Amino acid sequence: MKNKLKVNLWSSSTLGFIILYSIFLIVPLILLLSDSFIDSNTGQLTLANFQRFFGKKYYYSTLYNSFKVTVLVTFIAVALGTVLAYFFARFKIRGAKTLRILIILSSMSAPFVGAYSWILLLGRNGIITRFFGNLLGITMPDIYGFRGILLVLSLQLYPLIFLYVSGAFSNVDNSLLEASENLGCSGVKRFYKVIIPLILPTVLAGALLVFMRCFSDFGTPMLIGEGYRTFPITIYDAYMSELGGNNGFAASIAIIAIIVTLVIFLVQKRISEKHSFTMNSINKIRPKKIYGIQNVLVHLYSYILITLSIAPQVYVIYTSFKKVNGTVFTSGYSLESYVMAFSRMGSAIRNTIVIPLVSLFFVLVFAIFIAYLVVRRRSKITAIIDSVSMVPYIVPGIVVGIALANAFSNPPIVLTGSMTIMVIALIIRRLPYTIRSSVATLRLIPITVEEAARSLGASNFKTFWKITIPMMSAGIIAGAILSWITMISELSSAILLYTGKTRTLTVEVYTQVLRGNYGVAAALATILAVLTTLSLVIFNKFNKGRDLSL
Amino acid sequence: MSVAININHALKAYGKNVIISDLNLNIKDGEFFTLLGPSGCGKTTLLRMIAGFNTIEGGDFYFNDKKINDLDPSKRNIGMVFQNYAIFPHLSVRENVEFGLKNRAFDKKNIGPMADKFLKLIQIYDLKDRMPEQLSGGQQQRVALARALVIMPDVLLMDEPLSNLDAKLRLEMRQAIRNIQREVGITTVYVTHDQEEAMAISDRIAVMKSGEIQQIGRPQDIYHRPANEFVANFIGRTNMVLADCNKNEVSFLGHKIKIKNLDYNGKVRVSIRPEEFIITDDKNAIKAVIKDTIFLGLNTHFFMELPNKQIVEIIKESMINSNNESDKEIYLTINIDKVNVFTEDGTKNLVIANEK
Repeated sequence: MKNKLKVNLWSSSTLGFIILYSIFLIVPLILLLSDSFIDSNTGQLTLANFQRFFGKKYYYSTLYNSFKVTVLVTFIAVALGTVLAYFFARFKIRGAKTLRILIILSSMSAPFVGAYSWILLLGRNGIITRFFGNLLGITMPDIYGFRGILLVLSLQLYPLIFLYVSGAFSNVDNSLLEASENLGCSGVKRFYKVIIPLILPTVLAGALLVFMRCFSDFGTPMLIGEGYRTFPITIYDAYMSELGGNNGFAASIAIIAIIVTLVIFLVQKRISEKHSFTMNSINKIRPKKIYGIQNVLVHLYSYILITLSIAPQVYVIYTSFKKVNGTVFTSGYSLESYVMAFSRMGSAIRNTIVIPLVSLFFVLVFAIFIAYLVVRRRSKITAIIDSVSMVPYIVPGIVVGIALANAFSNPPIVLTGSMTIMVIALIIRRLPYTIRSSVATLRLIPITVEEAARSLGASNFKTFWKITIPMMSAGIIAGAILSWITMISELSSAILLYTGKTRTLTVEVYTQVLRGNYGVAAALATILAVLTTLSLVIFNKFNKGRDLSL
Repeated sequence: MSVAININHALKAYGKNVIISDLNLNIKDGEFFTLLGPSGCGKTTLLRMIAGFNTIEGGDFYFNDKKINDLDPSKRNIGMVFQNYAIFPHLSVRENVEFGLKNRAFDKKNIGPMADKFLKLIQIYDLKDRMPEQLSGGQQQRVALARALVIMPDVLLMDEPLSNLDAKLRLEMRQAIRNIQREVGITTVYVTHDQEEAMAISDRIAVMKSGEIQQIGRPQDIYHRPANEFVANFIGRTNMVLADCNKNEVSFLGHKIKIKNLDYNGKVRVSIRPEEFIITDDKNAIKAVIKDTIFLGLNTHFFMELPNKQIVEIIKESMINSNNESDKEIYLTINIDKVNVFTEDGTKNLVIANEK
C-alpha cells in the first residue's frame, strides 16, 4: 500500500509536468501556429501572412540582415573566445583570475546596456567621437547600424565561447599534448590537428548558444541598429502594431523565427553527434610561463579584448555619478540620478527581485524533478517531457512573449498584465538550461549511492530527499545563481509582457534610454550591475573553482 | 539473524535478451558464498536480483521460507557493499554508518553505541568524524562494510568490493572481510572475477559462465576436480593434451598412464596443471624441449615443447643454480592423482563422474 503511494509521487509529478507544459507551452505555440495560418475573419486556411512577409523586401530583408549579423557574430565570437581560452589554458597571464571575473561580468549584463554605452562612447555625441572630432579633427567611423550591432554582440557573446572552451580545456589531458609532440606534431600544427578536434564538440555547443542569443537579441539592434532592421524588431513592431487586433502577421513571423532556430539546432546536433566523445583528464594542462615577443603579444591580445568588453559597463557606472541637467550630462558629480532612480523606479527594483526570485523557485523545483524523472525513471513518457522541456531553448524570447501574451489575453485564462505571466515567461525561458545542468549533475552521481540508501532501509522518497538532492545541491545552487543572473537581465520576453506595475529594472533601463534619460538609465544599469556582481561573488563561493556552465 | 537463500529457476531478461535462463542455487545460513566468473557471466546481475535492484522475470527467491521476489529493496534487510563503495559524500563517516539505523524502528539512544561498536569492529573508530573525501580507498571500503553490517542484516551482499584497491591493500582487506564475516556469522554472497580472491575467502564458490552455473563447490573441489574444461581453465592454469582412453588407461605421445576412477572409451582431453609435471632423469618419460622461462621469484615458469609440437607450461620452485637455458632437452612425468580427464568436447569431467 505504502509502496503504491511512492510510485504515485513520480507518476503524478510526470502527469503534472505534462499538464503544465501543455497549458503554458504547447497550447500557446499551437495557437500561434493557427493564428499564422488561419484567417481570423473567414476561418479559412491562408498563406496570406507568409506571402506578405516574403512579398515585401522591407520584411524579408530583415531575415537576411539577422542572418548576416548572427553568422558573423558567431564566427567572430568563436574566434575571439577560443583563442582567449587557449591562451588562458596554456600560458601564464598576469592577473588571470581577475581577468576571468571581468570576462564573466561583461557577458552577464543585458546586451543592450553594452549598446547604449557604446553609443555614449562612440555615438554621434559620444565622448570619444567628440574628443577625436574636436581636438584632432578626425571623424570616427559610424557606430550605428550593422557595424555597431556586430561590435556590441561580438564583445557581448565571445565570453560564452571562452567559458565553454575553458571548460573543455580542463578536460583535455596534458599527456595527449605530450603524446602528439612525442609523435612529431607540435606548435601551430598541433593546435589544428589535436587541440581543435578535441574541443570541437564544445565549440559547436557554444556556437549554437551564441547563434541563438544573437539571432533573438532584441535590445541591441533596437538601440544601435537605427535603419538596420533585424528579425526580432520586425516581430516586435508587427506585434505592437496589431495589438488588440488579429495577431496573424506577428504570429507568422514568429513561426518563421522558430523554424530558423529549429533548423540551426538540428544541424548543430547532427554535426556535434558525429564529433562527440568523452574525455577525462588526469593530468590537467598547466599554464606555462612564456617570454619575449610571444609573451607580449599574448598579453596584449588578452588585455585589449577584455578592456573593450568591460569598458561599456565601467563607463555606464561612471556616468551614473555625473551631474545631470534635464537629460544631458554636465560636468561635476552627484547622486541625483540615484535619487531619481529610487524615487521613481522603486517598484522596478522590487520587481527585479521578486519576479526572478519566484521564477527561480519554480525553475529549481521543476528542474530537479524533471532531471530525476529523465535520468532515473526513464520511460517513453519521461523522454517526451525531456524533449518538450528543450523546446524553449530554440524559441526566441520575444516569441515566447508573443505566444504567452496571445494565449492568455482571452478567457478561459487571462493573465496579461499580471506578474504571473512574467514569472511563467521566465520559467519557460530558463528551465531548459537548469534541467540540462541538473541532468548533468545527476548523471555524475553513481546510482549505487542511491541503491546503498535503499538497501539500508530508506524509502524511495527518503532516498531522493536525503541522498540525491543533497548530492546534487552544489550543482543546483551554482545553476540557480546563474539562472538568477540571466533572469534579472531578461529583456526580450519581458518587453512584450510588462505593464506599469510589473516593469523590471532591465525594461526600465531600456525605456529610460529610449526616452533619453541617460542619467537615470545609468543609475539603474549600475544597480543591475551591482546585483549581478554580488550574485557572481556568491556563485564563486558555492562553485569553488569549478567551471561555470551556462 | 542470518538466513539461508534459495533460488529456484531464476530468469533474468531484458526484453528478448536473456541473461540468466534457469538458475538454481542454495546458499546455507552463515555461509561465505562466492559467485565467480568472467565479466558478463551474470554474477552481478544475480546479486542485484537478490538485492532487489534488478527485477526478477521468473523463478522464486527465498530468504529461509520467505519469498522476496516482490519485496522492496528497503524491506529485504540486506547489507550491501558496492564496487565503488557508494559512500554518501555529504555525510561524515559516523553519519554514513548511522544512516541505516535511523531508517529502522530502532531505539534512538541505541543508535550511537551501536554505530560505535561497528566502527570499532571494522577499525575505523578514529575516523568517525571525517568526511568521505578525506578517506583513502581502503578506509572508504571499511566504512561501506561497517555501514552494511551495523543494521544487522539477514544477508550481506558484496559486489567486487576489492577491485578498486591496490594489490597489497586487496590482500589485507580480503583477510579483514573474512575475519569479520566469521565473527558476525552472517550469510554472505560475494561477487568477484578474481579466482584467487574467491578461493582465499569463500566457503563455497559457484563458477558461472553465460548466465549458467558451471560448478558449485568448496575451493579445493573446484581446483582439484573442475567439472568441465571451462572451470579447469578459469580456476588456476592448466595444460590440455589430446589422448585416447581405454577403460582407465589414457595414452598420449606414446605414453600410457593409468588413472583411478576412470572408465571410458574414446578420445579425451587430459588436463595437467603446470605444477603436476615433474622433471625426471628417466629417459623413458615424455621428452620436452625448453623454449622459454619466466622467473617469478618463488617459482619459475617454463614453456616447453612436446614431441607433437604442443607448448605446455610447467611451474617449478626456483633453484639457485639452474642451467635450464633454452633448447635444452629434459624429461617429464606426471602426478597422476591430480590429473583430470575430460570428454573430447570438454563439457564433462570423467574422473568426477566415477568418483561419486
